[in-house]
Amino acid sequence: MSDDTAAEAADDVAEAAVEDPGPEHQIRYTAIVAESKGDVILHPSVETYLDTITAAHADGFDQLIDLTAVDYLTYAGKRALPEGIEAGRFEVVTALINHQRRERIRIRVQLGGDEPTIPTAFDLYPGAEYLEREVYDMFGIVFADHPDMSRVLMPEDWVGYPLRKDYAIGSIPVQFKAASNQR
Amino acid sequence: MTITDQENVDGAETAGLNPGIDGAERVKRRGDDSAVLRLSEAECAEIGNDPHSNADDERVLLNMGPSHPSTHGVLRLMLEMEGETILRSKPVVGYLHTGMEKQAEQLTYLQGCTNVTRMDYASPLFTELAFSLATEKLLGIEVPERATWIRMLMCELNRMSSHLLFMATNGMDLGAVSMMIYGWREREEVLRFFEKVTGLRMNHNYIRPGGVAADMPDGWEADVEHLLELIPPRLEEYDILMTGQPIWRERLQGVGVLNADEALALSVTGPILRSTGYAWDLRRDEPYLAYPEVDFDVIVGSYGDCYDRYAIRLNEIRESMRIVEQILDKMPAGDYRVQDKKVTPPPRVRIDQSMEALIHHFKIFTEGYKVPEGEAYACVESPRGELGVYMVSDGTSTPYRMHVRGPSFINVQTMPHLMQNGLIADGVAIISSVDPIMGEVDR
Repeated sequence: MSDDTAAEAADDVAEAAVEDPGPEHQIRYTAIVAESKGDVILHPSVETYLDTITAAHADGFDQLIDLTAVDYLTYAGKRALPEGIEAGRFEVVTALINHQRRERIRIRVQLGGDEPTIPTAFDLYPGAEYLEREVYDMFGIVFADHPDMSRVLMPEDWVGYPLRKDYAIGSIPVQFKAASNQR
Repeated sequence: MTITDQENVDGAETAGLNPGIDGAERVKRRGDDSAVLRLSEAECAEIGNDPHSNADDERVLLNMGPSHPSTHGVLRLMLEMEGETILRSKPVVGYLHTGMEKQAEQLTYLQGCTNVTRMDYASPLFTELAFSLATEKLLGIEVPERATWIRMLMCELNRMSSHLLFMATNGMDLGAVSMMIYGWREREEVLRFFEKVTGLRMNHNYIRPGGVAADMPDGWEADVEHLLELIPPRLEEYDILMTGQPIWRERLQGVGVLNADEALALSVTGPILRSTGYAWDLRRDEPYLAYPEVDFDVIVGSYGDCYDRYAIRLNEIRESMRIVEQILDKMPAGDYRVQDKKVTPPPRVRIDQSMEALIHHFKIFTEGYKVPEGEAYACVESPRGELGVYMVSDGTSTPYRMHVRGPSFINVQTMPHLMQNGLIADGVAIISSVDPIMGEVDR
């Protein structure tokens, strides 16, 4: 993509953003902007997630640095989310970096339901392949159109998603624990 | 993907033994032109067991590892070979997976360091540092200056020991077996210093939220100076043994080439990214600790091959020594941990004198300290690339979620691209030059 088309794409996004400014929130790459400990956070919905990363990619965010997920099932308090963002059980967190401007953004997408699905970032950032596989492996979040949506760390035939909050830690039986208490 | 494939019904009669699965057809089906072999382990085994799978095809699936001398732990590679040429490959990881991220949710922030330090066992202090920085970001505390400089000193020494280990294993993988002994020997000198400071050679649990575990021992300057005198001549020896040596060059130059665009696309960081000529080092570009106050160069390569990656790491040892030298001059006096009663335990003597100190001590080591709600990401430049910790706190004394962005895990993705159309013997050089630490890959 040439610089012109990239700039155009960014302009389009900016225009689209003006249409729906949301309740007193800044909009960037069609997503609501928030801030956390000095970092820029974007809050797109599942539907606009791809638009957001496409626009960010066109605007010079040339590397996907991290991608992970959080299961908020047992979160004690109320999460601080901008108005208009409905909290979901899962949250996919994607971190992008712009090397020229030395800038980072973090994209947090809310996902609900028992079989959460989100589009893959693989087409824009092939480096997301393993990170998305790990999230699938640990949380059961499916990345639609991912080239190899399979487990990466757990055995292939494993049942369950270990990092979900309703997945017990389990324990290894200790061989001598059942020994008699008599002294 | 399922084993029974509707597309293969036409060719079923040729398979004979196993109708429904036509090996040759399957080989073709897996034949796209990408570097990455995207077959599951079960499918791979299926093809391997099928006598007809290579009927009209020269391609063979070869399994390398998980226990192979060149894989530095338990990395398994599924290689699709044509003769001695690797067409596609797939790294299979997870053999060391012990659920450390899940375990982190059970441990307090103080205990957390004992867990994360076991991830990248060749450079444990960096994971401790990233973990501590993320926790401190959530706590909103600033560590004293001396603690910052001690952290920097220890991390740079750790970068040296980690790269020395790379020198050793890289040499061994490529047949310079004596290099293995030299590399381990020099690394041992650095580890001896670590033992003196932290009490342990590895898995230090030294850098903790709020500072470091203990001040530097008496006479540490002399020990560091001894290291700075000892190692440079040894590095000169490495130059003689490897850098300028024709066999070494032949073996590495032009092998496993990656360009900067590919590296960025594959989310690669660290020496692999820098070997492509792309100067990106978090110490310089997104400074943390006190790196703006020391002078050092970011080493970059120009060809992005195995030789560049070797040379970068060798020279990064020299740069780290330069930094350590400056730290020796600039080390400030002061406290080695923050004096925040809620975060750091009180000094031992205070426990005998003050009831309150005893209570704080007891509270910190039993239930731990509470960290304000929020989420934060902190990253450092580890010897392998960007090492980040993403932490979510729900206001209790254990992290709600702790994710580690292990550079090795992401760098492993480059292997199929580096190996494509290369020889299997070069594959060994490539695995070695990617320098993955499996403890960090699998976590």
